[in-house]
Amino acid sequence: MSANIDIAFKLNGINVTTKVSPSMSALEMLRDELQLTGSKYGCGEGECGACTINVDGLSINSCLMFAADCDGREIVTIEGLASDPHTEALKRSFVAYGAVQCGFCTPGIVMQARHLLTKTEHPTPEQIRRGLEGNLCRCTGYKKIIEAIAEAGATST
Amino acid sequence: MNVQLATTEQPPAASGEDITAVKTYAAPRSLAEAVALLRAGNVTILAGSTDLMPQSKTGRARFQPVLMNIRRIPELCGIDEADGCVRFGALTTMTELLDSAMVKTRFNALWQSADHFASNQLRNAATIGGNICNASPAGDTLVPLLVFNARVVLASEVNGAVTTRKLPLAEFLVGPGRTQRRPTELLTAVDLPLPPDNFVSEFYKFGTRPALDIATIAIGLGAVCDGDRLGDVRIAFGAVAPTPIRAPQTEAALDGKPLPAAIEAALTAAEADIHPISDIRASAWYRRELVRNILRRMLEHVGKH
Repeated sequence: MSANIDIAFKLNGINVTTKVSPSMSALEMLRDELQLTGSKYGCGEGECGACTINVDGLSINSCLMFAADCDGREIVTIEGLASDPHTEALKRSFVAYGAVQCGFCTPGIVMQARHLLTKTEHPTPEQIRRGLEGNLCRCTGYKKIIEAIAEAGATST
Repeated sequence: MNVQLATTEQPPAASGEDITAVKTYAAPRSLAEAVALLRAGNVTILAGSTDLMPQSKTGRARFQPVLMNIRRIPELCGIDEADGCVRFGALTTMTELLDSAMVKTRFNALWQSADHFASNQLRNAATIGGNICNASPAGDTLVPLLVFNARVVLASEVNGAVTTRKLPLAEFLVGPGRTQRRPTELLTAVDLPLPPDNFVSEFYKFGTRPALDIATIAIGLGAVCDGDRLGDVRIAFGAVAPTPIRAPQTEAALDGKPLPAAIEAALTAAEADIHPISDIRASAWYRRELVRNILRRMLEHVGKH
């Protein structure tokens, strides 16, 4: 295949330009081309949420987004949350509540939790469950994750 | 700061051979540009990509040589009301439907179908135009759209100009994954006539879990409640026929008849309206039972909230 598409977008606050193939997913671009391996490949069909990223302020499954469609957009990945002051409370509460076991789902869940807390400041456990319905965790049984997000929501300003 | 990230190597080999068929990628910025590309032929249309990506990776959908991303076309965006009709741009996402107070008040069943749709991440990407063109027998929004007498707007280029035609959704849907859209046409919008002020509507989707499930069956019910009688009755079913369908016999059994007396006749009529099959999600028998029991429940509660 010859087609190589030039795209330019903002990734974790930095302007980037790169070339992608038409069939490449945003997740493949992030992991294989840009070496940002925090976003995970789980199911490849939008069921598990391990690849969740933020595009123009909205959570989406990066495995279902075409890399070429990133052109002109503003993208935040889990790596971008490392220096995000609004994610501090989430990080602390995930550790405090033991909301991480194997950790494979964690980047996607933290991305989604961050998005949820942006939309809903102090979410109820029910709102958290609804917010996380697109994220699967095979270890924790979700209880500690929900508690951790509720705590972060309660303490965030 | 502008960082050039080098990608000089060949892209990694894709999993399915069909993927290599894409020769050109286009992201037109106007409807005129898009229909001109369609006129030239051999185009795969990309919008929310939540169906296209998994279908292409598994080989269920084959890419045409031109992959056209329609997400940069402003004419396909927004929800507008004019002359007693609401036009939903094809790129309207499920999240935009949920965020619209007008949709919740006037098109409640459509709002409910968006609420039951997949997950937050998918609702943020999936578009109403994509849900229609994917033409799944279990497509979530199709059932309420049938209740609201939706008409699809199709644009194409004729003699160098953009021309449109409108088609009732019920005619547009032909079979599983099949529609009346011609290869040169782009679905630009879906029009819903505003129902009467006192029109109530409900959507019910049955699945094994509330989120991220394909409907085992879905029911859309709309009517004007007048005492113990229903008027302007509109009923649609999903996942019980090759396309989501309206249920004319069920509607006739209810229209103007007193409730709850008419319910039994309506349930018998529904048996005749539906043609379920047995598949991985349920047997035909189970689907019939679901339609019967859930339609009864909906009719017992219609207008009581």
